[in-house]
Amino acid sequence: MAQRELTAAEIAPLLDDWLQVEFTDYALHDQVARIAALGTGDQAFVLDWIRRSAAVNVQLGHMFATQAPRILTEANHRSVEAWILHALDEIDRVGLKSALDVLRDHGRFVASGREHAGGAVYSEFAGVLRNFVHGLSGRVLRLEQDGCADGAYTDSETLFLPAVVADFDDARDNFVLAKLLVTMLWAQTRFGTFACDFASVCARYPDAARALDCFRALETLRLEAAIARELPGIGREARRARALSHSDALTPAWRAWRERLAVPGAGARESLACLDAAYAAALPPAPPFQCALRPDAVAAVQAARIAREKTLLRVKLSELLDDMPPRAERDDSSPRLELRSAAASPDDLPRHDLLVDGNPVPLPDHMAALLTSIQLDFSEIPPEYLQPAGPGDYDAYAAQSLDKGPDDVWSGTYHEDGAIFYPEWDFRRQHFRKNWCVMREIDIAPVHDDFRAQVLQRYPGLARQLRRSFEALRDQDRPERRQVDGNELDLDALVEAHGDAHAGHDMSERLFTRRHRTERDIAVLFMVDMSGSTLGWINDVQRETLLLLSEGLETLGDRYAIYGFSGMTRKKCELYRIKRFEENYDADVQGRISGIRARDYTRMGFAVRHATHLLGQVQARRRLLIVISDGKPDDYTDKYRGPYGIEDTRRALLQAMHAGVRPFCITVDKEARDYLPRLYGAARYTVVDDVARLPYKVADIYRRLTH
Amino acid sequence: MDIISPQLPHITAEPFYRPVRGEHALFEAAFGRQLPVLLKGPTGCGKTRFVEYMAWKLNRPLVTVACHEDLTASDLIGRYLIVGGQTVWMEGPLSAAARHGAICYLDEVVEARKDTMVVIHPLADSRRVLPIEKRGELVHAADGFMLVVSYNPGYQSVLKELKQSTRQRFVALDFDYPAPELEADIVVHETGIDRDTATKLVKFAGMTRNLKGSGLDEGASTRLLVHAGTLIAAGIAPEEACRAAISQAMTDDAEMLSAVQELFSSVF
Repeated sequence: MAQRELTAAEIAPLLDDWLQVEFTDYALHDQVARIAALGTGDQAFVLDWIRRSAAVNVQLGHMFATQAPRILTEANHRSVEAWILHALDEIDRVGLKSALDVLRDHGRFVASGREHAGGAVYSEFAGVLRNFVHGLSGRVLRLEQDGCADGAYTDSETLFLPAVVADFDDARDNFVLAKLLVTMLWAQTRFGTFACDFASVCARYPDAARALDCFRALETLRLEAAIARELPGIGREARRARALSHSDALTPAWRAWRERLAVPGAGARESLACLDAAYAAALPPAPPFQCALRPDAVAAVQAARIAREKTLLRVKLSELLDDMPPRAERDDSSPRLELRSAAASPDDLPRHDLLVDGNPVPLPDHMAALLTSIQLDFSEIPPEYLQPAGPGDYDAYAAQSLDKGPDDVWSGTYHEDGAIFYPEWDFRRQHFRKNWCVMREIDIAPVHDDFRAQVLQRYPGLARQLRRSFEALRDQDRPERRQVDGNELDLDALVEAHGDAHAGHDMSERLFTRRHRTERDIAVLFMVDMSGSTLGWINDVQRETLLLLSEGLETLGDRYAIYGFSGMTRKKCELYRIKRFEENYDADVQGRISGIRARDYTRMGFAVRHATHLLGQVQARRRLLIVISDGKPDDYTDKYRGPYGIEDTRRALLQAMHAGVRPFCITVDKEARDYLPRLYGAARYTVVDDVARLPYKVADIYRRLTH
Repeated sequence: MDIISPQLPHITAEPFYRPVRGEHALFEAAFGRQLPVLLKGPTGCGKTRFVEYMAWKLNRPLVTVACHEDLTASDLIGRYLIVGGQTVWMEGPLSAAARHGAICYLDEVVEARKDTMVVIHPLADSRRVLPIEKRGELVHAADGFMLVVSYNPGYQSVLKELKQSTRQRFVALDFDYPAPELEADIVVHETGIDRDTATKLVKFAGMTRNLKGSGLDEGASTRLLVHAGTLIAAGIAPEEACRAAISQAMTDDAEMLSAVQELFSSVF
């Protein structure tokens, strides 16, 4: 930007260009005049941000150009920058309308900024509370930020929390309140709020909304009591929050209901039983941790989960039975399954023991978790769930839609010249389909932008930390004992040799120790999921991760390659070259990392097979294949979805292991715990719950894997 | 020539151990049939204590070797030493145990180098012999000899895995943390704290075990609970004891530490 002030005549063409006046017909005279009137520093600042925001969205740029000159008279650069950055965040997170609202109302932004000062901000408490809620018993719950006005709520799998919790003045009190919200929402799923159909009961009242409010108040009392029994520390904090917010005074009627609902084992039905009377009474003061109820959101998620878990449990049961030793030949009746559930107290989740023909069978962790989740929906395990899936059910689970055969799509139109063919495992046939996948290696077109600089700037601490910790790995000196020569005597060896000589044996010559830099001799291939589902910020985080990892690996000196994979039916299986083993990490590689884009589907078997082949060509003592993925194997109108894809991938991974390659999977798919154990075995995968943490996690995992 | 044998200590007092699901019967059967045993399980869940208990119950001496990567075959089998100008044979723990019919327990066996582990192979199958090359001797294991190894399958390092040729020689017993009531019993017994505090500690441990795989490599082990309980019994405030003995022992990650502390304060 020029050092002198620009005139209106100079500014006008710039704005015309950035705001695409040719198409948008914005009249920009006022804006140009106001910007021209600004001082040099302000002018350059405003113009720079108009250009940047217009590059994201022209309307946003226009709004900023309109508002900024006025705002600059009352705010400094830093706060204006925070304001526009917040608007840019909004556009990513919610959409244009919300972003424009932010720019329109600078006053509100300033006010909420004040709120942020003492308030607990989602991005700051989410990390701690996510781990906190994982530690509590029951279903694994996710945390998400939601801007909705009626407070925190859950759909029974995800907890939606406000961006800022700022009811109190003190920062610690606000954090505790955020924790109370999370705990209340957890309690809704854990203590059975959704195990009864309260929505239809409330709908029968003349004023359904009021009935729902009453039910919510009753549930708050019931859950508060349950929490106080289960988590006494949280119970104390809830009482304190009530006192702080002056919501601890209840009328005698509500006190009576509170006592009734505090009985251990009281369920949501008990709250419904009080509803008639409570409907007639005035609502009690709501404590700040009272959460919203969204029966609509719950219903959708619950229906999908119930269907999924029922099938999943039956499939898992059938797998479990398949793994058991065969029974006596003459006995062809199906095995008798029985579930024994015992809970230590009415509040505890029961522990399930599975009996097959009367004999206890240990339940794997993932099945125990599944049973817990089902238990939470029904307060018991419905008996029909204990039917192992037959072959027909397995198919229904597999093929959700199968309207076109894979061959119809590409037949005759796609040349097979120059492609490599790979077999694919058909679990129904229990046999390979020969030369089934048509695979090509394709170079990604490098995008030469300042991606590397941006990433290094964005994660300065991490980049440094990575380099340092990888260096530490490299420089691991170990004393090697019993060497023919070296810089120090190995006293143990000497004494032993002397003893040997005395006893009439040959004296060993290996009497020295020497410091030795450990040969790592590791070759690793990173295989990145480039399926369509990574579109957006998963793709961004993947690229950042790969770049940071490459920077670290350069200091470490391990040989590494990076490939991306994606496919659309068996005839278009593509492996994208990002970095070959023999290639240096140079501007082209950086450009290709920057150029990674989401493509088609996640056909995985061929990619694992080809990666194994590539690793086989490298001379190394240890060969690692690390798959970074966001979902299970899947393909377009193809039976690859479901067990077919999982079984094929599993087969490919087994082949890889036979060939001396160690596969490991890092995934951001939250449902991955259902199928990854089948693919990689219990200890060979990790689930990163928070995509934004991927760069941190991947580097950490790599270090641990090879240490 | 003199032979110096290491002490083969008997366990005189009954170690505190509660069988969970018949593992002691399996162990006894394996002992009776001269089969070696592999104990699998997370760290601090009671594997070592179980071996001590079985050694006491079967009235055999117990030799424990903590494996590490510099462990050589001589460290297990023995070596020549010179004492006062005389050569003596210093017997290793493995050969001593084999000769005298003791239980030899190799703890965390994956830590030892793979080439070292090969020396146990002939002892761990039907031959039950240990060749001592330097002495030109073949030690036939005495009747009471038993080989027990332990390892933690939770390690994710690809460099630390038990070779198939090693692991397929053993009868495997799978260990896990005890059920809550039993675990509370153990904490009470080992530390002398009151039952209520022990129950809370166990509940807290269960929460940290839920975090395994989503941020923690392992949850709090029974051993860590015993440490925390011991500190509490010594008059340290529970929160401080848990921070020092459990949270900080499990992780360095600041966010995870705060989450674990929040979990702790929610049950106490």
